[in-house]
Amino acid sequence: MTSNQVLSEVEYNVVGTRPVRPDGVDKVTGRARYGDDTNLTGTLQAKVLRSPHPHARVKSIDTSKAEAFPGVRAVITAKDLPFASLSKEELGGDYTALKFATDHMMASDKVLFKGHPIAAIAAVNGHVAQSAMDLIEVEYEVLESVVDVREAMKPGAALLHEDLRTNDMGETADTPSNISTHMSYATGDLEKGFAEADLVMEKEYTTATVHQGYIEPHNTTAFWNSDGQLNLWTSTQGSFQVRATVSNILRLPVSQIKVTPMEIGGGFGGKITAYLDAICAVLSKKTGSPVKAIMTRTEVFEASGPAPASWMRVKIGVKNNGKITAVETEMAMDAGAYPGSPVMQAIVCAFACYDVENGKVDGYDVVVNKPKSAAYRAPGAPQAAFAVESLIDEICGELKIDPIDFRLLNAAKEGTRRIEGLVAKRIGLVECLEAARDHDHYKSKLENGTGRGVACGYWPNRGFQSSVVMTVNYDGVVSLIMGSVDIGGTRASIAQQTAETLGIAYEDVKPTVVDTDSIGYTFITGGSRTAFATGIAAISAAEDVKEQMISRAAKIWDTSEDDIEFVAGMISHKSDEELRLSFKDLARQTATTGGSITGRSSVDPSGEGNGHAVHIADVSVDQETGKTDVTRFTAIQDAGKAVHPSYVEGQMQGGAVQGIGWALNEEYFFDDTGKMLNSSFLDYRMPTSLDLPMIDTVIVEVANPGHPYGVRGVGEAAICPPMAAVANAVTSATGNRMRSLPITPGKILEAGWDSVKS
Amino acid sequence: MAGVTQVQTTLNGEVINFLCEPRQSLLECLRDVLGMTGTKEGCNDGNCGACTVIMDGRIVDSCLVLGVEAEGKDITTIEGMATPEGLHPLQQSFLENAALQCGICTPGFLLASKGLLDQEPDADEGRIRHWLAGNLCRCTGYDKIVRAVLQVSKAK
Repeated sequence: MTSNQVLSEVEYNVVGTRPVRPDGVDKVTGRARYGDDTNLTGTLQAKVLRSPHPHARVKSIDTSKAEAFPGVRAVITAKDLPFASLSKEELGGDYTALKFATDHMMASDKVLFKGHPIAAIAAVNGHVAQSAMDLIEVEYEVLESVVDVREAMKPGAALLHEDLRTNDMGETADTPSNISTHMSYATGDLEKGFAEADLVMEKEYTTATVHQGYIEPHNTTAFWNSDGQLNLWTSTQGSFQVRATVSNILRLPVSQIKVTPMEIGGGFGGKITAYLDAICAVLSKKTGSPVKAIMTRTEVFEASGPAPASWMRVKIGVKNNGKITAVETEMAMDAGAYPGSPVMQAIVCAFACYDVENGKVDGYDVVVNKPKSAAYRAPGAPQAAFAVESLIDEICGELKIDPIDFRLLNAAKEGTRRIEGLVAKRIGLVECLEAARDHDHYKSKLENGTGRGVACGYWPNRGFQSSVVMTVNYDGVVSLIMGSVDIGGTRASIAQQTAETLGIAYEDVKPTVVDTDSIGYTFITGGSRTAFATGIAAISAAEDVKEQMISRAAKIWDTSEDDIEFVAGMISHKSDEELRLSFKDLARQTATTGGSITGRSSVDPSGEGNGHAVHIADVSVDQETGKTDVTRFTAIQDAGKAVHPSYVEGQMQGGAVQGIGWALNEEYFFDDTGKMLNSSFLDYRMPTSLDLPMIDTVIVEVANPGHPYGVRGVGEAAICPPMAAVANAVTSATGNRMRSLPITPGKILEAGWDSVKS
Repeated sequence: MAGVTQVQTTLNGEVINFLCEPRQSLLECLRDVLGMTGTKEGCNDGNCGACTVIMDGRIVDSCLVLGVEAEGKDITTIEGMATPEGLHPLQQSFLENAALQCGICTPGFLLASKGLLDQEPDADEGRIRHWLAGNLCRCTGYDKIVRAVLQVSKAK
């Protein structure tokens, strides 16, 4: 069987081990409580009526018949939201941003995508609510829609927002446009760089709209109590993010909202946006009952996520020896119905793997009549990596240079200044490339009809705020309280960092994820930040515990704190060997020396480690059907220090497979007006176990100088290389270059026919 | 409002009775009528396998079975997999092999895997991948799930 390797530089006692996760038993026995498992007495079920049109003006809505339907308790429309009843002055803040946020949740004057909420019903059960939906009468004036990102950019294209004007590098345009923002960075002398090149190649690339594809649909239960307190139990990557969104839309102080994050069934960025929470809250206020909503799978596809489709032009100049002299790209991403695509991250990440002297990157954020795009694992970077890594492969073919040698020659390293100006600290791209070059996969012979591709990818990773509280129980077991939602094993990885710092066993740390009233502000679980930033908060809270333990020992021994040291879970007098207490022994004495010990920490770390990944893909392509099978796949990534190597491998494998799906199968099919035609898991085809080989992994550990144990986030870099790795492998197998995702059998066959013709 | 029907079925080894409307799925009956929320809803149209249960020895998507069809059947759900003596070997193996991340698909994968190994205790990797193709997991890329099942299979 194939292998998983860890290339460790430093070993710790607990960090780097593979314990069973604390929430594991609950999750394999069905006892873990996810959002839809919330059941309060008297809960009503909500259903959302959604627009059948991608672009239309709402002329009128008549809810009277639905309201009269037996079993229906309340019907709401945008008129029931504060935005409709308050003046511009009363609303305050950024009026346009608030209108977009409110309208996205429930359309007022216009619907901008098929699936746009238009009304919601709370009824005694879901079947009744569903039946009553047919009784809501909405009169629409259907408008011309625009679906393609480049079409939407053209003058004269159908306009989504009459008042949206392009922000062009800080300057606001005079006339409305679908281009929300144009951003640009440059370094060096582009003209000179391209003039120095022996070879200049320029190509265009496109990627399709794809969905995050979490298995658990969005869900929320809301109860607006008669004392004015709003309680939400929901599936989210960020309980404080939900609180902020609901507070903003409902004009409520944050302290009046308590969000309890339930177990979350996948998110990948798609569960940062709060879609249902404010709707259920208003229905709860109107009915006085708890109200629960769960999206159908069709609603998940049509009204949540997705990741944007993109158009990208990339130009690279190189010397004959492979040294890059200049790079340039223009990238346009569709944000969906409201501004906010991740094109900024796309242009920042595009060339981040390379030491580039002369470069220019331009990005365009464009609105179209599709669901508003949401974050999806390294948002923006996978599309950019597909384009750049494909062109580099093409250049390597032209120059007959090994693709890993080419990348090693040009790789970013410590001190490399990127196009947007950031200077890299110690990063592990070179080590990842070397591990790829030395891997037996890369050295192995290819069979006939198969091809091999490599690509690398980059994601900056995030820091931001995290809070942790920990209490020392009298038996020496530490209760670890945090606000970071556990989406894939962070209870374990934060507990490991706590245990390591305190010098105690992993089993002696009991982690709990709590609601927004019970912990300080904690940013989302996303951006590859949790093991890093919440880890730092836990380490810092554990240091707080250690200081207090030292002070207790000083009290017991009647000595100065300066005479005491805390090493590997033992509290000892520096000069008197007799005076030694284990963590547990001292914990037993806390009751008699001043009471319980509580450590706490709120942090906002910078120092997030830059994440790099290199993937090797082998594919076989069926010449008759055009079907591509991934036959071998190796994912290599710098984890800084893998806290729980199994969960790091899981992130690498999961990211690789989402990327394989993005490369080969996954896409939204839209009709000409923007109606999605494949909104089920049957027709939106994600990879199954049958489509894949084992995903081999190599964890490279180049310590992040910004974290005490060298930890870097690992969730996102893994989805950046696979599309280009697969596309490059398809070229290697067929001789044809695929510049449009997904690489469907049809596209492969057509490319084959075209190459025969020419 | 539709009338209700009384259904008698064997659930996790115990004969039980419940009332349901003819339009309610077995998934809905398990979760909403019986309060057994271990069986998960992912798509409600038979394409993700999150709601997999074993009915008379066969794995089924409980969202595609009507509650009234449970009459006289023998049904195993995730709540019936562990015993007072401990976890089922597959549950233990999923834990040890880190075969879950978010965990929403896990009950379905465990029941589907049990359904396979009950019939074919020596299933190999190819057979496991084929059998589990009706269950979607978006977190793991399946590698660790397949390894976990393989560890319990006699074929390892």
